[in-house]
Amino acid sequence: MVQSLDYLKETASQTAGPYVHIGLIPKQAGFDIFETNFTNILADENTCGERIIIEGRVIDGTGTPLRDALLEIWQANADGRYNHELDRQKSGKVDEGFRGWGRTGTDFDTALYRFETIKPGRVSGRNGMDMAPHINFWIVARGINIGLNTRMYFSDEQDANAIDPVLNLIEQQPRRKTLIANRDDTGPIPVYRFDIVLQGDGETVFFDI
Amino acid sequence: MEFYQRDRTLQPAGYTPIYKTSVARSPRQSLLSLQGSLSEITGPVFGQNELGPLDNDLIRNYAKDGDPIGERIIVHGRVLDENNRPVPDTLVEFWQANAGGRYRHKKDTYLAPIDPNFGGCGRALTDENGYYFFRTIKPGPYPWRNYVNSWRPAHIHFSVFGSGFAQRLITQMYFEGDPLIKECPIVHVIPDEDAINRLIAPIDLKGSVPLDTIAYKFDIVLRGRRSTLFENRLEGN
Repeated sequence: MVQSLDYLKETASQTAGPYVHIGLIPKQAGFDIFETNFTNILADENTCGERIIIEGRVIDGTGTPLRDALLEIWQANADGRYNHELDRQKSGKVDEGFRGWGRTGTDFDTALYRFETIKPGRVSGRNGMDMAPHINFWIVARGINIGLNTRMYFSDEQDANAIDPVLNLIEQQPRRKTLIANRDDTGPIPVYRFDIVLQGDGETVFFDI
Repeated sequence: MEFYQRDRTLQPAGYTPIYKTSVARSPRQSLLSLQGSLSEITGPVFGQNELGPLDNDLIRNYAKDGDPIGERIIVHGRVLDENNRPVPDTLVEFWQANAGGRYRHKKDTYLAPIDPNFGGCGRALTDENGYYFFRTIKPGPYPWRNYVNSWRPAHIHFSVFGSGFAQRLITQMYFEGDPLIKECPIVHVIPDEDAINRLIAPIDLKGSVPLDTIAYKFDIVLRGRRSTLFENRLEGN
């Protein structure tokens, strides 16, 4: 026998289930209980940066959009800073009113999700290599046993995307585009369309982070 | 400071045919492993000012004209990491069915009645020791469509943040002694028996309020951070 390593073990994940809305976005479940609700609107009038909308669907292996998925996003501000003590980048500064996090459910009728936020700046990656602007996504739902992590990149950042260290880790070139949202400038606020495909043709690249 | 690699032998796979809904909702390609960058090691911070005084009291936070029906229980425990260190000031959210096994949700059509005095959700921030607690009623089991005669054991859903987005976790707490646990396909997507047992909260008589409310203890473990003995460079400059 040797000494024991006294690490604890991570708690096992379980599906968020069909009624995840009750706990995380009760208004979508159909009732009002909390004074403060967490929402899909990340930016207010004081937030620095370009206003954007992100809209899309979460699609299963049969091509059917999920109407009961919950998504969260986590992002840096327009300066490329995360609002967190471990972000010690020397460039840029924290935008105090901007947490950089939001959550929403796909709509029970349209199956669309939507976030209103600002476009993040570049964040320094490992070994000093800048990461292209991106937004971190986390998706849970009935039938998803453990939350799925992915990233959304921006179609109008081609040069930065081309040298992004994470996109370049994706061995199969055609799969990289599953992480790039297309910008639509036809409305008053730019809309990035980002569908997440859980399985099959065009399956989104998910990360073990 | 990155997190330890997630031990996937303790976690459910995406594709688990015993839980039928997972079949069409699970990736077929491998997950791409990423070393932690700032995007993964940071995460949202929440404050006590965002929570209401009754947010951790499900007996009172939706009561209209009396208390909800059911066994009065306290659920309490600590959020720790794999290094056995407390995770302070982190948001823990919970939701559940009522005592009859019915959720207050527009898509739940189970014939057990809605309880007019029970919402079924709450939230708390852990204190400096990683400790959280809330009061509720014990949820009931309910049928669901997997096999024609599938029943969920009584459970409470938990959502936990930790300090970095890579720690984000959703799980379910079960109750000691529930005979439905061993029958449940959702429980058994977890490939490790000890990992299943760690989701089952024991009765905690010492935590109970005599003649009032019985307690269950439920600790949650999030991924631990690597120490910085010989740090490789997470960021530039």
